Amino acid sequence: MTTDETTSTTTTTATTAGTAAGLGVAHGAWDADENGWFGDFGGRWIPEALVAALEELTVAWTEAMADEAFRSELDQVGREYAGLPSPLYEARALSEKAGVRVLLKREDLLHTGAHKIRNVLGQALLTKRMGKKRVIAETGAGQHGVASATAAAFFGLDCTVYMGAVDTRRQALNVARMRLLGAEVVPVESGSATLKDAINEAMRDWVASVDETAYLFGTAAGPHPFPSLVQSFTRGIGDEARAQCLERYGRLPHAVAACVGGGSNAIGLFTAFLDDPDVAVWGYEAGGDGVDTDRHAATIVGGGAGVLHGSRTMILADSDGQTVESHSISAGLDYPGVGPQHAHLAATGRAHYEAVTDTEAMDALALLARSEGIIPAIESAHAIAGALKLGPRLAAEHGPDALLLVNLSGRGDKDMVTATRWFGLDPEAATTDPVGDPDTDPRG
Amino acid sequence: MSAVTTGRTMADAFATAHAEDRAVLLGFLPAGFPDVETSVRAMTAMVEAGVDAIEVGLPYTDPVLDGPVIQAAAQQALDGGCRTAEVLQIVQEVAATGAPTLVMTYWNPVLAHGVERFADGLVAGGGAGLITPDLTPDHGADWIAAADERGLDKVFLVAPSSTDARVATTAQACRGFVYAAAVMGVTGARTTTSSLAGPLVARTRAATDTPVGVGLGVSNGDQAAEVASYADAVIVGSAFVRCLLDAPDTESGLAALRDTAADLAEGVRRRA
Ligand SMILES: Cc1ncc(COP(=O)(O)O)c(C=O)c1O
Repeated sequence: MTTDETTSTTTTTATTAGTAAGLGVAHGAWDADENGWFGDFGGRWIPEALVAALEELTVAWTEAMADEAFRSELDQVGREYAGLPSPLYEARALSEKAGVRVLLKREDLLHTGAHKIRNVLGQALLTKRMGKKRVIAETGAGQHGVASATAAAFFGLDCTVYMGAVDTRRQALNVARMRLLGAEVVPVESGSATLKDAINEAMRDWVASVDETAYLFGTAAGPHPFPSLVQSFTRGIGDEARAQCLERYGRLPHAVAACVGGGSNAIGLFTAFLDDPDVAVWGYEAGGDGVDTDRHAATIVGGGAGVLHGSRTMILADSDGQTVESHSISAGLDYPGVGPQHAHLAATGRAHYEAVTDTEAMDALALLARSEGIIPAIESAHAIAGALKLGPRLAAEHGPDALLLVNLSGRGDKDMVTATRWFGLDPEAATTDPVGDPDTDPRG
Repeated sequence: MSAVTTGRTMADAFATAHAEDRAVLLGFLPAGFPDVETSVRAMTAMVEAGVDAIEVGLPYTDPVLDGPVIQAAAQQALDGGCRTAEVLQIVQEVAATGAPTLVMTYWNPVLAHGVERFADGLVAGGGAGLITPDLTPDHGADWIAAADERGLDKVFLVAPSSTDARVATTAQACRGFVYAAAVMGVTGARTTTSSLAGPLVARTRAATDTPVGVGLGVSNGDQAAEVASYADAVIVGSAFVRCLLDAPDTESGLAALRDTAADLAEGVRRRA
């Protein structure tokens, strides 16, 4: 089977379905089947105790997405509270460097500073609709935790955020933000005391509290329906950008690009373009010190198939199936798994994935700051670095007028401690701390 | 054609217990905890003190269904280098006691090892089969086929939140026994047994003739007797792990383990 065939034969139906069922849960060629499978990836590899809750969530979400009242309330909150739609900005200086016209989708301008707000507002509104009063969330750097605490404050829900103890120490500011917003932050000491262990602990909470509690999962990964559910709330990124691009340029971009941690911002951008066979789709994973070292978080480029956190997907594990710790300067990308839809898009060749090293990402961050006056999140800087590699290839194929749409998933305020150390911006730190020392580096 | 297991399976344990009109006592310890050698000694001591069958836990980096006690033990085992090869070796040594010996494992280590290869390893060591806390029959086709070919026990879990329909399909997929996870929550000793257990066992019995074991939370003979009054097997994990975790040295840990095992073994014979 060639992917192109599948894509082109299903384009019409999928697009029609997208508009008619624009009001329901999407069922395009690239979406999961009813059991949550994207080809060979996805599913529900979880304790039986959680099956009922995931079923309940699947039904509630499907009904909500078909309910005009739910969707218009979510739309309104998105517009009035979160700042949607985010602007599309043609970055002229960056375009010059990349050799093509680079369009930045400005998710950094949204409330709480990243695309994550789209996901949590959707999930929190769904929680209210289900009559639950408490939400739990996991967080790495604290971005999803802050977004969850924000949505909980907005909708009047109790909120508990699990965060690896290593991360609570590194991210004291975000811990303070979550507490100020009224959330309880629980440091997780088990395992490697980072994001994957925070997810384990949130799942343990959920097994015991599932009647009154909703788990706001932070990315498009985990057991069905989370990958599809999170996609349904972040796909506005691509839907908006596609319309903005068509309106302004009268044509689709030649390529779209995003960073990939768990995959929520990337799938949010990609979804609108998957049925456009002429749009190339590129995801950039965290290459850490390099995919040829054992210090990276590039699960698709440098990992293998396996089961982690409820889903069959690409993961970092040793030959005994024990999860291996990931490494990235960006906490938001520092996860040894990835959403199953990305694993499927990679396996079919519909999307391409490459790794960007810490150094390449930080160079791109500095470049964007100086040339455009935008300090991106380090996660997003991976997408910028990717665009700088992709641009010349696109230019060679399509000329300098080619359009490259890049998701700027978040802003870099949260990353200033890391940037300060990396670039030696604080004279004292620069002399006493080797820049970028992996063991002391306070990740994004 | 694959070899069929010659090791004892859970059917043997239930036959003995049935003849004595009592419940089966199934005891869990993580492999390699506190180290490989001591874990074999500990499981052997449990059998000698009256535990009918052993669940050998395969230590895993991301044990989402385990509470702090078993997490800590599994971490210690991993830090000590206990991997799949060691686990299969331990199974062989424990099965040599004559007690049916199951492996309790999260699924990714089995996938990574190869489902067929794992099943062959169990057969070679005289293991009874697998208990799979994060694998439901929905995703278990490979394992079910491998177990059926070899006559291995395949134990899936039912939970208080399971619908009757799921209880039925899960129970029908089991051989050996059906594992009724009696509380909504992770593993760990609790001071009272769960009120959710009785109804769950009754719902499971309505769906199958396969024996039903109850786990999660039992820590003493009185609780064991209470559970034995309505279940075919009483499953104990954290309470055994605690004995070794809390002990100042190995010998006193093993002594505590024997006392706990004897207390529980007396409980499953009382059927309060
Ligand atoms: C700004 C930003 N971009 C990207 C990510 C990565 O997550 P995902 O791959 O789910 O978009 C994060 C996660 O914290 C983030 O904060």
